[in-house]
Amino acid sequence: MSFSTLISKAVPLAEDNVDTDAIYPGRFLLRIDKQGAGACLFYDKRVASNSTVHVIDHPTFKDAQILMAGENFGCGSSREQAVWALHDFGFRCIIAKSFGEIFYSNCINNHLLPIVVFDNDYQVLLSAAKSSHSFHVDLNSKQLSVHGLPTITFDISQQHQNMLLKGLDEIGLQLKNDSADIGRFEAAQKQSQPWLWQPMFVSI
Amino acid sequence: MTAKTLYEKLWDSHVVKQYNDNSCLLYIDRHLVQEVSSPVAFSSLKARGIGLRQAQKCLAMVDHVLPTQNKQHVEDPEARIQIQTLVDNTHETGITYFPVDDARQGIVHVVGPELGFTLPGTTLVCGDSHTATHGAFGCLAFGIGASECEKVFATQCLKQLKAKTMRITFNGCLPAFCSAKDLALSVIAKIGAAGGTGYAIEYAGDEIQALSMEGRMTLCNMTIEAGARVGLVAPDEKTYAYLAQSPLAPKEQNWHDALRYWRQLSSDHKAHFDREVSIDLSQLEPMVTWGTSPEHVVPISANVPTHVNTQAHSKERNQAIRASWQKALAYMQVKSGAPIAGIKVDKVFIGSCTNSRIEDLRSAAAVVAGRQVASNVIAIVVPGSGQVKLQAEKEGLDKVFIQAGLQWRSPGCSLCVAMNNDRLLPGERCASTSNRNFEGRQGVGGRTHLMSPVMAAAAAITGEITDVRKLL
Repeated sequence: MSFSTLISKAVPLAEDNVDTDAIYPGRFLLRIDKQGAGACLFYDKRVASNSTVHVIDHPTFKDAQILMAGENFGCGSSREQAVWALHDFGFRCIIAKSFGEIFYSNCINNHLLPIVVFDNDYQVLLSAAKSSHSFHVDLNSKQLSVHGLPTITFDISQQHQNMLLKGLDEIGLQLKNDSADIGRFEAAQKQSQPWLWQPMFVSI
Repeated sequence: MTAKTLYEKLWDSHVVKQYNDNSCLLYIDRHLVQEVSSPVAFSSLKARGIGLRQAQKCLAMVDHVLPTQNKQHVEDPEARIQIQTLVDNTHETGITYFPVDDARQGIVHVVGPELGFTLPGTTLVCGDSHTATHGAFGCLAFGIGASECEKVFATQCLKQLKAKTMRITFNGCLPAFCSAKDLALSVIAKIGAAGGTGYAIEYAGDEIQALSMEGRMTLCNMTIEAGARVGLVAPDEKTYAYLAQSPLAPKEQNWHDALRYWRQLSSDHKAHFDREVSIDLSQLEPMVTWGTSPEHVVPISANVPTHVNTQAHSKERNQAIRASWQKALAYMQVKSGAPIAGIKVDKVFIGSCTNSRIEDLRSAAAVVAGRQVASNVIAIVVPGSGQVKLQAEKEGLDKVFIQAGLQWRSPGCSLCVAMNNDRLLPGERCASTSNRNFEGRQGVGGRTHLMSPVMAAAAAITGEITDVRKLL
């Protein structure tokens, strides 16, 4: 599945340090597949809580594919279920001031685009999101635009941009292109660090 | 030759190839596998019709979902399925699996190091963020997601971008009753929960060399709570002495050859770090979290903060921090400006991949010995592995805990993760040696105060957050 452009409203969830336990509570990790993960998204805030309607459930943002998060979004546990839940719920892009690192990788691996935006631009975008303006994301040109606002160019590594644009399957590519290199590395390491190649579990 | 940091040495020695886009294919020497992050990786691999490149480089066990009161009796049907799925997957793929009743079973980040599965100079991954723990051995170790687990199964490699480097140097001596946990919390207090994002951190200073391997693991373990996936300590004689006794460490000629190699694994004198941070230990006190992020942390003699330090931030940033503080105060039901000491607790948890090793248990036992747990408190001690449990029982620590009124459990992640029988009930407050004080981390509506084993032990005795230095 490839990603190129996206036009959508952005759900404003501007809290800092939203951890993956909040995105996908631990007790649902007992499931062994990813189907239906969206039902667990922000469960304790949305479903278990008696308070007002959570912003991602607000009718204004129905079918929005962009989430506007705060700083350090997705910090904490490495659980990929957090990304599966966001994806299953319908999100394809998350804009934040920064991301938890493992969460960021998990996004890329699930073809969900993480965009880092800095302070000044962030505030402007957040206001636009709250006013339910439409955001236009173009991954080819790495541009994010909202009608009436200056276009923002965002940064993403070439590796990650390629993976998303082309919907690349890294495993398939590596097996095809890199197997010989991996084999050479292993042969050299067997010579230089033979202790890493002793059978480990025969003796204990 | 250019001077290199330890991280760069570990990185360079594992580059299989560099791609045009600047990323590198890194070889992975060791892969720890557990029940939570592996099922989809295995099923997806199966769907591709491919096998594992190097099954012998993996070690699997159950840790998150096991009950710790009677680990043979798993009531939760979902947990039973998850355990059986790991049993089946490892059987089909030829991965070594330590069954639930195996004497070596435990938390992967405790078992890997004590077996010598974790070695200096290697790369190690696990579908768990606390994989940073293994950096204590000068091992390039980091947590990964399930998709990355699948990649490692298939190719024994991961495509990665090199991190920036940060050195955190501790100056001065660790004061009495302060431990590695307080070092870790002081790092987060200093750089923030996102301060390490994008960096690989190396810990340095005389006190780091003085720390035991257990202490180094505690410190490296919490690196992810400061935002960095990798935390490193250069291997030294302590590392080698620890490994010399472990069953999977190299033997005979291999041991000597390995030692010669490992002794080169420290940052060169002139190596450049992208960021240098220094922390003064002379004023360090036992640290306790008051809020819902590990950066919400204060020394035990302090009050819950009343204001945000506004110097370095923008107006918007300040508003955001203030909002997050208000939310944390409301969730935790603590008062801004009130002392952190004296807050009543309902439960005490001594355990987790951060603080469940023998040294942690010894230090906690020394505090509770001859005392009684407060009547309002349920306190549990959960050793990190079968081996830790056995050692503690040999030393009589189990009896010390039981006589003091703490419960002595079987190895597992227990109350750190709310995936097994050990959970907080809504509104309950816990003094915990684990690593995350996130909302609901220990159970829906539960409130967590992170601290060291001696501080948790002190809280168990008095029933409230207590300065252990005053108790003794």
